[in-house]
Amino acid sequence: MNKEIYKNPIFKSNPVTVLVLGICSSLAVTVKLEPACVMALSVIAVTGFSSFIISILRNTIPNRIRIIVQLVVVAMLVILVDQILKAFSYEVSKQLSVFVGLIITNCIVMGRIEAFALGNKPIPSLIDGLANGAGYGLVLVVLAFFRELIGSGTLFGHQIIPLSWYVKNGGFYENNGLFILPPMALILAGLLIWAQRSIQKDLIEK
Amino acid sequence: MDTNKNSYTIIYSTVMVVVVAALLAFVSMTLKDRQQRNIDNETQKTILSSVNLVPDIETAADKSAYVQDQYNKYITPLVFNTKGEKVEGEAFKVNLSEQTKLIKAAEALEGEARAKALENVKLPLFQCKMDDGSIVNIIPVYGAGLWGPIWGYIALQSDNETIYGATFAHKGETPGLGAEIATTHFSKQFEGKKIYEDGVFTSVIIAKGGAKPDTVNEVDAISGGTITSRALETAIRSWVSLYSSFLGQNK
Repeated sequence: MNKEIYKNPIFKSNPVTVLVLGICSSLAVTVKLEPACVMALSVIAVTGFSSFIISILRNTIPNRIRIIVQLVVVAMLVILVDQILKAFSYEVSKQLSVFVGLIITNCIVMGRIEAFALGNKPIPSLIDGLANGAGYGLVLVVLAFFRELIGSGTLFGHQIIPLSWYVKNGGFYENNGLFILPPMALILAGLLIWAQRSIQKDLIEK
Repeated sequence: MDTNKNSYTIIYSTVMVVVVAALLAFVSMTLKDRQQRNIDNETQKTILSSVNLVPDIETAADKSAYVQDQYNKYITPLVFNTKGEKVEGEAFKVNLSEQTKLIKAAEALEGEARAKALENVKLPLFQCKMDDGSIVNIIPVYGAGLWGPIWGYIALQSDNETIYGATFAHKGETPGLGAEIATTHFSKQFEGKKIYEDGVFTSVIIAKGGAKPDTVNEVDAISGGTITSRALETAIRSWVSLYSSFLGQNK
C-alpha cells in the first residue's frame, strides 16, 4: 500500500496548516490540553469511520443525493461521539460543548470523503480518514500545549509553572491572559504555518 | 444497476434514514440512564458547593460517588408554593427553566391575577442540615444571561436573611467576562450579605462600578460583563422574592 496515504496528512499536506481546513474549531477547543485531546480523538474517529462507510457504499450511492448521504453518515457518527462523551466523560463534554456537534461542519470530514473515499477502496479510505484526523489532532495538541502552558501555567490541569514564581506569591511571573483568548490561537496557528513553510519550501507561492 | 433512477434514489434514501434513525434511537436509549446520572450528579455538586460541602472533590477517587454520599448525608429536597405551603413533588426534578417561564408570564400580570398565577409555580428548596445541627436553606435561581441560561444556588443561614454561600453556573457566557460569575472569587462576595433589611426584601445588588463599603447587600459586578451581571441580579431577585412567605414563616 502507498505509504503517502498516511504520511502526507500528518505533515506535508496537513489539513490545518497546509489546506487551512478546520481552523474554527482549532481556535475554540485549544485553551486546555484535555479537551483538545478528546476533540482530536473524536475527529479522528469521525473522519476515519465516515470515510470507511462512504467508501463501502460508494458504488451504491445515487449520484444526485450524494452529499446528503455523506451528511447523514457524518451526522450519525458525530451524534454517536457526542452521546458517548456525555455518558462516559461528562466533564470534558461540557467543556467541548457545541464543538463536538460542529464536527459535522468540519471541512476536513466532507473534504476527505469527496476527495478520497468516493474513489478508493474501504481500507485505504479508512487510513486516509484516520491520518487526516490525526493531522488535525496534532495541530490541536500543539496549540493547546502552548496555550495552556503560557495562558494558565498548567498542563492537563497540573501546575507546571512553580506557584512561588507568581506575583501574587511574591514572585515575578504572571500568566499571559491573551493566550486563553481565540485571537492568540490564530496567531499561534499562523506561526505554525510559517514554520512549516520555511521547512517545506515548495509550499511558498511564486 | 442504474443508480440514477428516481425509484432507486427514493428507496435508497428511505432505507438509509430508517437504519440510521434506528441505530441512533438504540444508542440514545442505552446511554440515557448514564447521561441523566451525570447531569444529576453535576446538579448535586453545584448545590453542595453553595454550602461548601464538597471540600475533597479534587482528591476524591470516585467523584460522583463522593458527591452522592455528601448529598444524601446533608440535603433534604422539598417543594413549596409561593404561599409557603409544602406541595407534592420532587425538588430535584423540578424544571427551573419552565418555572422561570411561569414566573415571567405571571410578572406581566397585575394584582390578583399575578398572585394567582404565581401560585402555580413550584419552588424547590434544598434543606441542608449542617454538622452543628443548624438548618441552611438553599434556594435555586435561574434566568437568561447574555448568550444562554444562567443559574445558581443561594444558601441562607438559619436567620433566613443572611447569605451563607452561593454558587453560580452558566451555559455559555463570554469567557473571561460574563463567565466569571462561575468563579469562586465572584460567588465568595455573597457570603454574609443580607437579602432583607429591617424585614423588607432588598435582594442582592450586583453593583456596576463596585459595591459601596457601607452597604450590606451589594457585591461587585463583573467588569465587561454588565449584561450577565444584571441578568443574574434579576434572576436572584425574582426567584428569592417568591420564597418570601416561606422565609418569613420559618424565622
